[in-house]
Amino acid sequence: MKMRYFLSLALALSAMPLFATGLHAQETGTDQSPGSAPAPAPAHDRLADRYYDPAAMARAEAVMMNGHGNLTYSQIRADLAEVRVTGADKGYHFEGEAWTGNVNRFVVATRGEGDFGSSGDRGAEKGRFKEGEVQALYARALGPWWNLRGGVRQDFGPGPQRTHAMLAIDGLSPYRFDIQGALFLSQRGELTGRIEAAVDERITRRLVLQPRGEVNFSVQDQRDRELGSGLTSIEVGARLRYEFTRQFAPYVGVLWTSSLGRTADYVRAEGKSASSAGVVLGIKVWL
Amino acid sequence: MPAIQFHRRQLLQGAAALTTLWAGFASTAHAASMPGARELAGEEITLTIGQTIIQVDGRPARAVAINGGVPGPTLRLRQGQKLRITVINELNEDSSIHWHGLELPFQMDGVPGVSFPGIPALGRFTYEFTITQHGTYWYHSHSGLQEMMGCYGSIVIEPAQADPAPPAHDHVMVLSDHSYVHPAGILRKLKVDPGHYARYPQTLAGLIAGKDQPLKTRLEFARMRMDPADISDVTGKVFRYLINGRGMADNFTAPITPGAPTRLRFINAGSMTFFNVRIPDLAMKVIAADGQPIVPVEVDEFQMGPGETYDVLITPQDRAYTVAAEAMDRSGMARATLTPRPGLAAPVPPLRAPVRLTMRDMGMDMDMSHGGGGMDMSMRSQANAPDVKLGPGVDMIAPMPVDRTGDPGLGLDKIGHRVLTYRDLVAPEQNPDPRAPQREIEMHLTGSMDRYLWSFDGVTMSEAHHPVTWTTGERLRITLINDTMMGHPIHLHGHIFELVTGHGDRSPRKHTVIVQPGGKVSFDVTAIEGDWPMHCHLFLHMAMGMMRVVKVRGA
Repeated sequence: MKMRYFLSLALALSAMPLFATGLHAQETGTDQSPGSAPAPAPAHDRLADRYYDPAAMARAEAVMMNGHGNLTYSQIRADLAEVRVTGADKGYHFEGEAWTGNVNRFVVATRGEGDFGSSGDRGAEKGRFKEGEVQALYARALGPWWNLRGGVRQDFGPGPQRTHAMLAIDGLSPYRFDIQGALFLSQRGELTGRIEAAVDERITRRLVLQPRGEVNFSVQDQRDRELGSGLTSIEVGARLRYEFTRQFAPYVGVLWTSSLGRTADYVRAEGKSASSAGVVLGIKVWL
Repeated sequence: MPAIQFHRRQLLQGAAALTTLWAGFASTAHAASMPGARELAGEEITLTIGQTIIQVDGRPARAVAINGGVPGPTLRLRQGQKLRITVINELNEDSSIHWHGLELPFQMDGVPGVSFPGIPALGRFTYEFTITQHGTYWYHSHSGLQEMMGCYGSIVIEPAQADPAPPAHDHVMVLSDHSYVHPAGILRKLKVDPGHYARYPQTLAGLIAGKDQPLKTRLEFARMRMDPADISDVTGKVFRYLINGRGMADNFTAPITPGAPTRLRFINAGSMTFFNVRIPDLAMKVIAADGQPIVPVEVDEFQMGPGETYDVLITPQDRAYTVAAEAMDRSGMARATLTPRPGLAAPVPPLRAPVRLTMRDMGMDMDMSHGGGGMDMSMRSQANAPDVKLGPGVDMIAPMPVDRTGDPGLGLDKIGHRVLTYRDLVAPEQNPDPRAPQREIEMHLTGSMDRYLWSFDGVTMSEAHHPVTWTTGERLRITLINDTMMGHPIHLHGHIFELVTGHGDRSPRKHTVIVQPGGKVSFDVTAIEGDWPMHCHLFLHMAMGMMRVVKVRGA
């Protein structure tokens, strides 16, 4: 009871100065509250036209507007450019893109891989480019972190090739994962897809560990491409890069890949192993 | 043991400072022989803008200089005088000079495409206006990234009634940042790799060593896709920090007289750098902010954003002092020496520990007793900012922005000595317009860290076909809400406004105000007819679109 009395007294005392200023209406200058006067109609004229040549002002205004938020930038980058060593087999793999634009971008992306051949191979098999693809895309920003990419993909290389219409989403997820999901519809009506995720964990200022994974799937069975329906392959790796600069960072890493389901059967039928583990050596570089 | 090491380090630094001091004096003599006087006065002044190579700490750097120097000459003017300034542009591109903080007819304000057509390549333009105010101001190019390359200088305006007891010395201290690479290259790198110049990223090694943030906080920031180590976009990785055009080794040196007051006029002409200014072992009495007198307040340190100016009085003893202007992110320092005799120098303090953002900087101060009751605490709610266009360029809306005018600035809240806050500033005389504001306008400072986009209300300058419109003579309250995790110094051309900090009709008057991350600031202003830019004075933020034209029209 006593406690409550003291508390209410203290509250009353602390409120007094507020009450006093309100009572005497002593608020001046910036202490006063703003009114609610209506805003004037928006003005669209250029006042400087009264003093200078309006044509010159119009030109200068166009330059000024463009120069404050509407310029174009570009980048060429290779996220992966690596040699893969699995037992006696040596191969290479690359993924990269070039873009130009600002918020929305035009992108040319490419990836591919080949063999340097294994020590037991016949000479004809050596240095064979296996498969590659190039994508021409328009990337539209969906929000602060996600982009919608649409365009075409053309496969190239010695194997069966397709032309695809493609739709992809890429961006940064919570906890800063770089994620890309893509759907490809080939000219024969086959639907395939790919999901990639990577995250950078900075160990020291220059040393970065990047776990990275990729899953591929196909809706149809595509015998000529050695793809079975369902999940076709998975690839999981971890790369440790050293950033001499942010633009030039060599890395080493480990990689495990596996074909899955019927795709694995196709691979085994060729006398190859469905899964393999190895090491990679490469550089991440951009210009 | 640590104490001995400390002394040893001090001795070493002292010795290093001594050896460079003579070089400093020598180069001062050299500067005097450079083309163009360092100080200009009178009613007829000519400034020439041209390309040059300057030496920063002994390394050549490309620059856009005024009258051959970086900074350009100090203009020493008197309140009430007329001024005719002819600016000759010797560049192969358009140029301009904007008179930062001066109240003048808008068509003399010097912003291409807003107040005049600009000064064409190899052309000239004559500015003509009357000096109505007094204090410390500055001028700079408003074209492209020329300011970032050195196109700036200081303005000192003596009051109409001369000071009956002037200080023994009166030194201008122009703080700035300069890079050995072209600023367009810096901008491009930020655009394609926003963390490019991060100097002190948080690391796993740091976590294991118990440094920086604990895992829980790191995960909270990671969940928001934000980097709490991202304090400055452009850092000491590419910048050299200068005082009056001199780097650390060049050591700008100025005379003082023991026991006699000296006035130092600090101008932050940095393009992208907030500076923390202190003079170890010497208190500074702040006597003016943004050229406007304030009731003197004694501090040991203050933080200033690009565009701001502070005048301080110091009373030195018979020894040398280091003026230390540390970049806010602690990635570098500008340094000068004040000494009663040539040959003296004081130790240069080491850079302090890197700064990390907190939840308060994200506009989510959960410690407050009223909590988030009923408020939408999500990071990007339209309900918390109905007028903001929530596009790709807006990565957060501060759920609970707070008035941070009582905060000393990022990284200075637990520094252990007196640091200036906006609330410490009080005008010595009644403000010229003590009316209550007729209406209030809220403007959100918005951006996307990962896309490197900056804007007001989610709209860049290039998209803003609906300018802000005010009525001539109307009294307005502008509330700026910072929905980004970076501080922004917002500058309104042609106006001196009053900060709403609880000082009634003795509010501090400014032309540039820092809005702390996750914070908000209000000011009252009386609208002056004209077209006036309002923009972030981090030049690359302005270049990305954090700018508006305020069109003030007759009723």
